[in-house]
Amino acid sequence: MMDTTCHIAGIAFRNPIVMASGTFGFGHEYNRFYPLDRIGGFSGKGLTLHPKSGNEGLRSWETAAGMLNSVGLENPGIPAFLSTEAERWENYDVVRILNLGGSSLEDYERGAALIEEDYKHRQQRGKKAVDMIELNISCPNVKAGGMAYGIQTETARTVVGLVRKATTLPLIVKLSPNAEDIVSMALMCEEEGAEAVSLVNTFSAMKIDIYKRRSVFENSYAGLSGPAIKPIALRMVHQVCQSVHIPVMGLGGISSAEDILEFIMAGAEVVQVGTHNFVDLRAGENLSRDLENLMRQLGISSLKEIRGIV
Amino acid sequence: MAEITANIQVAPGIFRMSVAGAYAGKMGQFYMLRAWDKTPLLSRPISIYSLDAEEIHFLYQVVGEGTRILSMLQAGDEITLEGPFGNGFPELNGKVALVGGGIGIAPFYYALQSLPQADVYLGFSQKPYEVDHFKRITDRVTVNVGGHILDLVDYEAYDAIFVCGPNAMMQAAQRLNERWSGRNKVYVSLENRMACGVGACLVCSVGTTGGRKKSCVDGPVFAVEEVKSW
Ligand SMILES: Cc1cc2nc3c(=O)[nH]c(=O)nc-3n(C[C@H](O)[C@H](O)[C@H](O)COP(=O)(O)OP(=O)(O)OC[C@H]3O[C@@H](n4cnc5c(N)ncnc54)[C@H](O)[C@@H]3O)c2cc1C
Ligand SMILES: Cc1cc2nc3c(=O)[nH]c(=O)nc-3n(C[C@H](O)[C@H](O)[C@H](O)COP(=O)(O)O)c2cc1C
Ligand code: FES
Repeated sequence: MMDTTCHIAGIAFRNPIVMASGTFGFGHEYNRFYPLDRIGGFSGKGLTLHPKSGNEGLRSWETAAGMLNSVGLENPGIPAFLSTEAERWENYDVVRILNLGGSSLEDYERGAALIEEDYKHRQQRGKKAVDMIELNISCPNVKAGGMAYGIQTETARTVVGLVRKATTLPLIVKLSPNAEDIVSMALMCEEEGAEAVSLVNTFSAMKIDIYKRRSVFENSYAGLSGPAIKPIALRMVHQVCQSVHIPVMGLGGISSAEDILEFIMAGAEVVQVGTHNFVDLRAGENLSRDLENLMRQLGISSLKEIRGIV
Repeated sequence: MAEITANIQVAPGIFRMSVAGAYAGKMGQFYMLRAWDKTPLLSRPISIYSLDAEEIHFLYQVVGEGTRILSMLQAGDEITLEGPFGNGFPELNGKVALVGGGIGIAPFYYALQSLPQADVYLGFSQKPYEVDHFKRITDRVTVNVGGHILDLVDYEAYDAIFVCGPNAMMQAAQRLNERWSGRNKVYVSLENRMACGVGACLVCSVGTTGGRKKSCVDGPVFAVEEVKSW
C-alpha cells in the first residue's frame, strides 16, 4: 500500500495535492468533474472582509509557459461566504482552507475574528466548514494592502501577529516571491506562531501593448503564474525549507507528478496546484493517480522517504 | 480525447471542424478546445456551430497561436473537448432575429436549428462564408458586406434579437436598445477571455447592472441592458 498522507498541525491530508487559492473557486466548480476526495485539500478563492468587485479591464494574458492575471481579489466578502458557501464546505471530505485577504490591518483582524466566531458556532453543532486559514499577504493585484504587507518582514509581522491572536484555527501564511527576503519572512511567520507557510504567490509582472503604447492591464502590473515560474518557486521553497521548522506548502507552476516530487524532495510537506487546474479540469484526479504510479515506478512507498532529501 | 473527422477551410482564415462523438449542448453554449499538450497553456473557448447524433461542428477564425494550431489539424487527429459550458440563448416564443457579425455568426447556425422560424442577419467585412448553410434551413437570410448589419434589422419587428459579433457591434446594439427600449428583448453573446471556463478563476468577469458576473457560467449570453463593462 502506498502512503501518500501528509500532516500539518495535526490535520491529515489524504495526499499532498492541495488546490491553490483563486484557481479552484470554492470547490464545487470542480466537484462536478471529479469527487473532491481524490485530492488532499483545497484553498478557496481569497476572501476579504467586505465584498470586492476586483479590477476593471483585461484580466488575463497568456505568456510563454504561463499566464498573467489581474483579477484583483474579486470576492463576495467573508460574511456572505460564511452564510452561503460554508454550508457546502461542511460536507467536503478534504482539508478545507480559507484564504484570507485584506487591504488594511483592521480588515485582516476583523475578517479573522468573523471566521473564528463562525468556527465556534459550527463546533457547537458538531460541524466544521474550515480546517485552516491561509493568510494571503502576497496578492500583487490589489492597489491597497495585499502584497504591500508581504514585502517587508517587519510590516508583515504586524498582520501575522494580529491574525494569529484573532483565531485558534491553524494558520498558514502565504508568502510572496516579491518579498525582499523570503527566508526572513518565513522565519518571522514561525516566530509569530504560524503553523505553516505556503509559497509562492504570483510574481509581479507586466505586458505592454506596443500598438497602444500602454500596459494591457489597468493596474499596469499583473501576477505571473504557471510552468514559467516553477524553477524559481522551487528554489525559494528549497531555501525556506532549509531554514524553518514548520511545514511548508510548496507551489508555483506544478503541472505533473514529477513536479510534485521535486517540491517534496526540496522539503515541502504538501504542494499546491494552481494554474494547471485551467489546463486540465480533472487535474486533481489525474495528478493523484499519476503520483501513485510514479511513486510505484520509482520504488517510493511513502513520501517521508524522500521529503527534503535534496 | 476525440477524433477529428474534418477540418475544412471555408474562407480565408475561417475553418469548420467536425469532431466525432455524441455531444450535448444548447444554442449559444461553448466548448473548451485543446489540441496541444503544454503550449499554449490555456484551452480555447469555441461556440457550438452545429450538433447532431454523431458529430459536433465548430466554425472558427484563425487569430493567434491556438486557432492556428487548430487550423492545421486533419481528419484522424485527436482533440480534447470539455463542455458544454455557459448559459446559452434563452428559449423564446415569438419573432426572433439572429444577428451575427463576422465570426460572430458561429453560434447562430445551431440557434437556427433550434429556432427555425427566426430571421437571420449575417454581416461580413469581406467575402461572406457559410451563407449557403444557413439558407438550407431558412430562406429568411439577409447578408451584408462592408456595412453595418444592425442597420438592416427592424428593431420594432421582433420579440427578441440575439446579437454576436465584435464588441463595437454589440455596443451599438446596446445604444439601439436604449433608443427603442420597446417590446423586444435584446441579448448579446460576449467573448471575454477565459481561463477555467467553469466559474473558478474570475478572469472572465463582466460588470453588469446586477454586479459582477462570470461570463463563462452566468453568460456568455446576457440581456444587453445588463452589460456595463465591454
Ligand atoms: C464563449 C466564447 C465563444 C467563442 N466562440 C468562437 C467561435 O465559435 N469561433 C471563433 O472563431 N472564435 C470564438 N471565440 C473566440 C475564440 O475563443 C478566440 O478567438 C480564441 O481563443 C483565440 O485564440 P488564439 O490562441 O488563436 O489567439 P491568441 O490571441 O493567441 O490568444 C491569446 C489568449 O487570448 C484569448 N483570446 C483571444 N481572442 C479572444 C476572443 N476574441 N475572445 C475570447 N478570448 C480571446 C485566448 O483564448 C487566449 O487565452 C469565442 C470566445 C468565447 C469567449
Ligand atoms: C486567476 C488567479 C487567481 C488567484 N487568486 C488568488 C487568491 O485569491 N489568493 C491567493 O492567495 N492566491 C491567488 N492566486 C495565486 C495562486 O494561488 C498561486 O499562488 C499562483 O498562481 C502560483 O501557482 P501556479 O503557478 O500553480 O498557478 C491566484 C492565481 C491565479 C492564476
Ligand atoms: S473563465 Fe474562469 S471564471 Fe469564467
